[in-house]
This record gives sequence, structure tokens and C-alpha cells, in this order.
Amino acid sequence: MKILVSVKRVVDFNVKVRVKVDGSGVDTANVKMSMNPFDEIAVEEAIRLKEKGIATEIVCVSCGTAASQETLRTALALGADRAILVQTDAELQPLAVAKLLTAVVKRETPQLVILGKQAIDDDANQTGQMVAALLEWPQATFASKVEITEGKGKVTREVDGGLETIEVTLPAVVTTDLRLNEPRYATLPNIMKAKKKPLETLTPEALGVDVAPRLATLKVTEPPPRKGGGRVADVKELVAKLRNEAKVLP
Amino acid sequence: MAALVLAEHDNASLNAATLHAITAATELRGDIDVLVAGDAVESVANAAAAVPGVTRVLRAEASYLAKPTAENLAATALDALKRGDYTHVVCAATSFGKNVMPRVAATLDVAQISDITAIESADTFVRPIYAGNAFATVRSSDSIKAITVRTTAFDAAPTTGGSALVETISAAPEVTTAKVVAQALTKSERPELTSARVVVSGGRGMASGENFKLLEALADKLHAAIGASRAAVDAGYVPNDYQVGQTGKIVAPDLYVAVGISGAIQHLAGMKDSKVIVAINKDSEAPIFQIADYGLVGDLFQLVPELTRELGS
Repeated sequence: MKILVSVKRVVDFNVKVRVKVDGSGVDTANVKMSMNPFDEIAVEEAIRLKEKGIATEIVCVSCGTAASQETLRTALALGADRAILVQTDAELQPLAVAKLLTAVVKRETPQLVILGKQAIDDDANQTGQMVAALLEWPQATFASKVEITEGKGKVTREVDGGLETIEVTLPAVVTTDLRLNEPRYATLPNIMKAKKKPLETLTPEALGVDVAPRLATLKVTEPPPRKGGGRVADVKELVAKLRNEAKVLP
Repeated sequence: MAALVLAEHDNASLNAATLHAITAATELRGDIDVLVAGDAVESVANAAAAVPGVTRVLRAEASYLAKPTAENLAATALDALKRGDYTHVVCAATSFGKNVMPRVAATLDVAQISDITAIESADTFVRPIYAGNAFATVRSSDSIKAITVRTTAFDAAPTTGGSALVETISAAPEVTTAKVVAQALTKSERPELTSARVVVSGGRGMASGENFKLLEALADKLHAAIGASRAAVDAGYVPNDYQVGQTGKIVAPDLYVAVGISGAIQHLAGMKDSKVIVAINKDSEAPIFQIADYGLVGDLFQLVPELTRELGS
């Protein structure tokens, strides 16, 4: 079974981003970039399925600028077999990415597409579901456990009320949640080997996809400032302040 | 201007999140239809019809909608959308809404605007990005806007005073490629986390699931819901539905008490809109103190029981 994993290069999760003074966006110059943490979990899950003998080939794909090659090489170092970069300098929004991935899926015909549930930069949580809809495949989102058997996937999902387990027929799209697995680190020998693994570059034009953004960003602003740093010396002072100053006690 | 709101429910009662989505829809100043799709949903449909501002309730029933999948819900929603000239399709940004709405948007070939916190006009919305460290104002050029709504950003609509028509429509044919086989949902007497007025939350500092009993005693006194940081859930102290944060639940209670929580960016994303924040942590350098209104440095295992006692009966 072939698995397609989609990965995104994003601002590292530890970075506290700053909004540009002119309000045109977030300042990402010289900021540390990494693979989206949920996509690391997706890559890890694919590799575990290969180690279990369920998957035979893992193809990783990323849509974005040439710099996304770094992210793909990381996925290859972790254990993916082949990489595809859909290269463009255009601003990519989830619907466009979903169309690009759908086109790649039609070329590669995997039985399973795995990607992170959301990217930690735009926090959209749409792409996986959109790919599934465009392909008319079932989806299993926010997965915390994935079991693949003959032509079927049994996935436990984290939902607002607790856990829900669904069964989907393959081919299907799975989006990963935090507790699906703990990703491994790439070892140095594997990082070296990854340089020789195939990385193919495609373009939206070659795939016949119009990636023009549908949403125009008019401005980006900082959240309302929050004054913090207040201290109390002990419990008595805390209760007094909550009661008399903040007035939030029932 | 007409919005279709996708109702979230359990076939018996309307989920409160839908009331916040309806309030958001009323800001669009057009008709509001609410789609109630499920199995034997008369009481839910009536509840939706009683919300002021709702024009019509569309009731779609089928046995396979009892425990609905995104595929089935999206199919029925798309059929409902074909019946009218809707300019907006709206849902709360709950795990339900996040699961279904993108399927609807992609099938319509339109963008989705996720987790909106404000509506500036019929085509312009504000939404958080980078874990709420920035807000983007975006304008959609699509003919139908697919929106999920951050429930903490809009009040709940009233539940009485409305008298919408309830119309029965057909459910879409069953999609059989996915089905729900099991659910393990938390049952609690406590207020629901995303709508509670007070939340008491525990982090890695709690050291064990057993120790959450200390927070339960405090929560009892405060009539609070109990939340947790990712670390506490990962460590198995509490189930996943307690998680507050960028990729968990977003809460904005009147009072948030963070116990043994360091205050990582991702946790803050889920609670920094709380009116009042109290932090109890033994590390005075913990980032949580930077946003706490009242920070108490010390050993939570002494301070939490002391706070519980001090709050009296």
C-alpha cells in the first residue's frame, strides 16, 4: 500500500511571532522554520505503518517555495522513500493546497493520505478535509489511533466530548492529532542517506491547478494587550482580591 | 443575504455552541435558516425554532444521521444549500464544525474562514492566526462564505422568543464509506468547559491524575469546570477533552485558575481571553505569571487546599 504524507514548512512552534508595524503580516524574516508538528506526527505514523509491513512506499509532498525542500529532506531522513515538491512562490491557502494535493493523489494513487490536522501558522484545520471532499474519499480527522486492516481504517478521533471511533473504507484521508504518536528524531546517517533519495519538483501549472487565493488579507494586527504580572502574597490576599477587586467569586 | 447555520446536537437537545453560531449569523443581517440533521430530532428542531432571529428550521432525518459522519452531514448540508440562495454557511468551530465545514466548502469550491472572532461586514472577517498571537482581517471574494465561529467571541443567542417555521426536508442519500462504531464521551455534572463561568485547570505540576482531586474540590467550591494543559493530558492525568489550548478547547471564562501550568504559547492561545487569570506555580519565572492578574508563587499541594478552605462553604 502506498501512503502519501503532506508536510508544511512553518514558523517553529517555539517562536513568539511579531506583527509587522505596517500591519501587512507577521514578521518571518530570520525566524526559525520547522516541519509543522502535526505533520511530523503524520510522517511518523506512515513510517510505523511501513515498519509493520502495511505500507510499501511512503511519498511525502510539500507545496510552497523552494525552501520547502528542507522539510521534504527531513521527511526523507525520517523514513519516507520519495519526495515531491509542488513549487510556487504564490500565497497558498488551504483550498489551493487541497487542489494541488488532489492532483498529486491522482498521479500517485495512494491508498492513504495522512497529514496534520492543522498548520500552526494559519490554524485553519481545513486541508485534509478538503482533499477528502475533492476526491470523494472518507476522512478520519483528529486521529489519536489508527489501525489499518484489509481495505479499512479504524480510527479513534479526539472530539470535544471525548473520543469517537470511526471505520472508513480505503482509500481515505487521515488528519493527525497530538497524541497519535511521538515522532522519532532523524539520525545523522539517515540525514545523509536522505540527500540521495529522489525529490521531484512539479508546479501548479503542470498540475493544472489555479492557486489564486480567495481570501484577501486586509491587515494583520496584534491581539489586545493583556496586562499581567500581578502578584499576591498568600491565599488570603488572593481571595480578598478576587472577591472585592475582580468580583468574580460566585 | 441568507445564512444557513449547521446545528450541532445529540438528537435530543441543541448544543449551546450552535447558539453562539446563530448570534454570529445575526450580525450578517439577513435571513437565518438552521439545518437540524439527525435521527428523530423534533425537540432539537423546536429548540432551534425558538431562538429569536431564526427564520426557518430545516429538519432532515434519517437513521444513518443518528451518529453522523462528516460525509453524511456535508451531503445533507449541500442539498439544503441548493434549495435557497444562501450567501453564508455557518457553524460553530467545535470538533463537529471543524470536521464538516471544510468538506462543504471544498465541494462548493469556496474558501473557508475558520474560527472567526468578529464580523466586519458580509464579506470581511477577523480570525486568529499563529496561536492567537496575531489576528488577520480577511475578505472573501467567493459567492458563498463558509465560516466557522469561535464561540467565545459571540454571546449565546436567547433560547426563547423566536417562532421560526419548521420545514421537513429530505436527508441526502447515505454515504457508506465511513461510519461511527464507538464513542467514549465524558459524562460530568460539572459545567461544560467551553461555556463555564469559572475554569480550574491543571498542568504538569499536578504530577498525577490522582492529584486532580485537589482541583475537583476547588472546582466544587467555585462551581467550575475542570481543564488541563497538553502536558497533563499527554501524561494521562486526564482525558483529552480537558485540554485547553491552541489545538484543544478555547475558553474565555470570567475566572481561569491555572494550577501547575507553566504557560506555554500554545496553552495561552486557549485561555488568554479569560476575564481574570489566577496562576499558582512554584516557579516564579513561569511565563504564565506574565499574563496572570493574580499570581501566587508556591507549592500548589499546600496552596490549593488552603484556597479551597479559604473559600468557605
